[in-house]
Amino acid sequence: MRYAMVIDTLKCVGCSDCVVACQTENSVPVGYCRDWVTESVSGTYPTLELELKSERCNHCDNAPCVRCCPTGASHIVKGGIVLVIGDECIGCGACIESCPYDARYQHPDGYVDKCTFCHHRLEKGQLPACVSVCPTKCMYFGDLDDPNSEVSKLLKRRKHKTLAPEAGTKPNVYYLI
Amino acid sequence: MQQEEIFISGRNIPHIDPTLEIWHWPISLYLFLGGLGAGLLFFAAIITVLGKEEDYPTTVKYATIIPPIALSLGLLALVYDLTHPLYTWQLYTTIRLESPMSWGAWVLLVTTPLSFLWVFSYYSELFPKWKLKFNFLNNFEKLLKKNRKNMAYALIPLSIILGIYTGILLSAFNARPLWNNAILGPLFLTSGLSTGAATILLLAKTTKERHLFSKIDLLLIIIELGLIIHMIMSMAAGSEVQLEAMQLLIGGEFTLMFFGFVVILGLIVPAILEFTEIIGYKVPVAVPAILILIGGLVLRFVMVEAGQITRYLY
Amino acid sequence: MKGIKDKYGAESMALLKHGSPGSHLEHLFKAYGSDTIAEPAYAQCRGPRETGFGLTFGAWVGSPEPTDIRDTKCLVLIGSHIGENMHNTQVQEMSDAIDNNATIITVDPRYSTAASKSKYWLPIKPSTDMALLLSWMHVLIYEDIYDKAYVEQYGFGFDELKEHVRSYTPEWAYGITTIKPEEIRKTARVMAAAAPSVIVHPGRHVVWYGDDSQRSRAIAILNGLLGAWGRRGGFYFKEKIKIPTYPHPPFPQPKWGWEELGEKYPFAEMGITNEIVQASIPKKDQKYPIKAWFIAGTNLLNTIPQHKIIEKAIDSVEFIVVVDTMPMEITGYADVVLPECTYLERYDGIRSATNREPSIALRMPAAEPRFESKPAWWIAKQLGERLGLHDYFNYKDFKEVIAWQLKQLGTSLEEMEKVGVKKFKRKSGPLFLKEGQPYEFATNSGKIEFYSTELEEKGFDPMPIYTPHNEPDQGFYRLNYGRSPMHTFSRTVNNPNLNDLMDENKLWVNSKVARIEDLKNNQEVWLENQDGIISSFPIKVRVTERIRWDSVYMYHGFGHSNKKLSRAHGKGASDTQLITKVTIDPLMGGTGMRGNFVKILTENPHKKEIVS
Repeated sequence: MRYAMVIDTLKCVGCSDCVVACQTENSVPVGYCRDWVTESVSGTYPTLELELKSERCNHCDNAPCVRCCPTGASHIVKGGIVLVIGDECIGCGACIESCPYDARYQHPDGYVDKCTFCHHRLEKGQLPACVSVCPTKCMYFGDLDDPNSEVSKLLKRRKHKTLAPEAGTKPNVYYLI
Repeated sequence: MQQEEIFISGRNIPHIDPTLEIWHWPISLYLFLGGLGAGLLFFAAIITVLGKEEDYPTTVKYATIIPPIALSLGLLALVYDLTHPLYTWQLYTTIRLESPMSWGAWVLLVTTPLSFLWVFSYYSELFPKWKLKFNFLNNFEKLLKKNRKNMAYALIPLSIILGIYTGILLSAFNARPLWNNAILGPLFLTSGLSTGAATILLLAKTTKERHLFSKIDLLLIIIELGLIIHMIMSMAAGSEVQLEAMQLLIGGEFTLMFFGFVVILGLIVPAILEFTEIIGYKVPVAVPAILILIGGLVLRFVMVEAGQITRYLY
Repeated sequence: MKGIKDKYGAESMALLKHGSPGSHLEHLFKAYGSDTIAEPAYAQCRGPRETGFGLTFGAWVGSPEPTDIRDTKCLVLIGSHIGENMHNTQVQEMSDAIDNNATIITVDPRYSTAASKSKYWLPIKPSTDMALLLSWMHVLIYEDIYDKAYVEQYGFGFDELKEHVRSYTPEWAYGITTIKPEEIRKTARVMAAAAPSVIVHPGRHVVWYGDDSQRSRAIAILNGLLGAWGRRGGFYFKEKIKIPTYPHPPFPQPKWGWEELGEKYPFAEMGITNEIVQASIPKKDQKYPIKAWFIAGTNLLNTIPQHKIIEKAIDSVEFIVVVDTMPMEITGYADVVLPECTYLERYDGIRSATNREPSIALRMPAAEPRFESKPAWWIAKQLGERLGLHDYFNYKDFKEVIAWQLKQLGTSLEEMEKVGVKKFKRKSGPLFLKEGQPYEFATNSGKIEFYSTELEEKGFDPMPIYTPHNEPDQGFYRLNYGRSPMHTFSRTVNNPNLNDLMDENKLWVNSKVARIEDLKNNQEVWLENQDGIISSFPIKVRVTERIRWDSVYMYHGFGHSNKKLSRAHGKGASDTQLITKVTIDPLMGGTGMRGNFVKILTENPHKKEIVS
């Protein structure tokens, strides 16, 4: 099992519903976020391109945050999900320094927090909160080891990219372009 | 071609946006004190192994009061910068070979007590007026004194690991292009040894000891300058993110600090002064020594702060 | 309310409303004897398109729009920013359309989110849309690519239209719109190739330049030429369920109401809020004087342009009641504030939506109301009881009304509490026209009126014409505004989560403008409009290529001046404050608001005032 998220940038409108869904589902304190939306504009009027992306922890196969964690609080569970155990985290910040995506933050309670792919919802057979609320249905979630999953099929069919592949982290959040 | 890259969901996380500020001054101080302690312990151990304790009393005896204090303060600084400090003990429930932070925690756990024991082995000589009141303490001091050479054998690798660790802690982060180069370990080790030598120079009472450490320090400064040139050259030949990182040092907000305080005042000027002293002119050694210590401290501050600004662009 | 009724008649008390609380209070008002009711959603928003489509097809567009975006092959957006305008079904369907590889054509001087999803983006010079629409008609007709069978069977006045658009060539339009003739031709052909599975979208907020009903007519005519009305991938025939009325005595007949107030505008079909505001300022020999306001769920100061007139009206009326969930600007002017609980804390009237299939939806409380807030139905009922109108509120709890209505509809409150939304079978016939099916449109001629007999009767242009609109003077930029997808109008800016997403608006300026005006990203500036009105608060600059150099853009709904909005106060600028000039649509009374121009001030003008 290898969980992955596939996000269609051609459909995303940047409404940020995914962000609010995550904040409320995971009780993320106001002022913090586990996912966020970026806009990149290139070109000169009127020859322009615009890309909107909902970003989060990439749950990398080669996760630098897990490697540099001195206590093992950051670890990888079944399906390749990178999680943090709050009570094992000393708050040294090494994992935050190590993440090329700036996907982690220090929770006001001290430990380091980040996207869990809504692990608690997956266990109940539900989709991550962000995916479940997206009004444009531009987010897909599933198992890359299953060739018949929607995510596998989309990646087979559509042109896609990952973020900062040159960082060598082997991310598991894909963007259809 | 215009480019715009913005967060539209209002992301503004404390200490992360717009630039990372996760590690603050305590970490810089910790890296400096760790390097200084490692340098002092290294020289004490080497002199002891070579059996030249009598010739260089400052190195093996007086200056070694500093490492236990430096390492303890360093550890305190580190814990001060943790955001979940009540869980610090979790560091010692596991050994994680891939995590420099884990290495550092364990090396310090061994080295810091050893540095205390080292000082204790010289207790009667260092503090002749304050006699130990308990017999078992006297016996313990005797035991340590006998095993001083064994401690020295252990301290040589430990201090080198500690010195390199202060650099590798930063260089292990691929995500921060300024840090992510192999030179940082040797550079911080050299700088640590150099600050150690400078401290001995500052405290040394005999011309012989002063001269030896002037020479050692001069050599270390030359190596350190070489490593800095090497670091900048490799960044100059690197990818876009590394070029941007380099720009911070050679043509950005850290240029004055880096070239002014680290390279010129912290390395070149003391090198000239020490060279002048070695060839026989009278130079107050305190001047180059203090400049080197300040330069070493500034180097840590510059690298820790500037490194956190650099990142991957995507 | 009793005092106003005794002194001036119930008609002199006006209800200005938006959204769910409206229906409860409308019931109260009708029982009380006033039909002086209006909502800004008409004359400040979508009114003109209803007139334009009504005159052409004999049917309103209505809300939600009966656009078959899901199955369209070509979606044409004229300044409509679906995706930033988060009307949910439309956003969902546009996403489906993208999945289905539909061609999207967006006409907008700004590179909107929708424009970025479009195969063709036409960066039009602001205020010249009519020229483009006319030249599209020209291409469709003179290249003979319109839907001939459809036009012949259902159309009225095609020959007149053909003659009318003869001179409106793409070359003519190029000089006005700056869109190249080949682009105009190409996009017209793309539409024709997709027809009848094509939607030239009616838009939503369409009060722009005063000739908005006519522009909506032009859009409707294009859809007619393409054969899109009543066709799959075009517009479907919508249907909704009628919710039975809970028994109550007949309403008294008011002597006058919204219709009389809007009598200058022969095609106004709903109350015109700005006319009610005007009628609140006492004049000599006033036939329909307004003496008091009851405002529910609409923050007039961020909704209605021309603050000077509003402020004068507020000073003139004897009494203002405001029902709202938050302390808005307008609550600061109220004599009485009746705090309403939020939609998650109350029952509301059953929602019956027009859609492909008729459906009803139940809103029920998920949590107890906080503080002293109450549902609007409770407020209406309590007022009704005290006004001696008990017979109109013959229930203890509005739940009883809903339960009764649901029972009439063959379901129950228990069922609806479980399912939330219930769909019904269509009764009005198929969604789309069958090939050659006879169909009578509800117009004078019973056909799609390319040539409008009603307009002719009332002395207006029976076919849309192009009129040039004002352009900014040197140093001024056209003020364009729109919606942020994170917020609902100006009403949600203080919500902690939504405020966290976007707490202020920014002034979009083209990088060329930034160079000329010497502006940097995030620099605070103030805006001064053509009438010398200066924004109360500074707004930060966003230097971007996404906006044309002759206009600036900002999200609507920011720059709140009520300090009780702790998070939103003073953040960003209010576009409404700077809209002091409106061009009234002579057909239906809409307030065209896109003819305001601003100058960018880099020094704090308010500081200077204090010094001098």
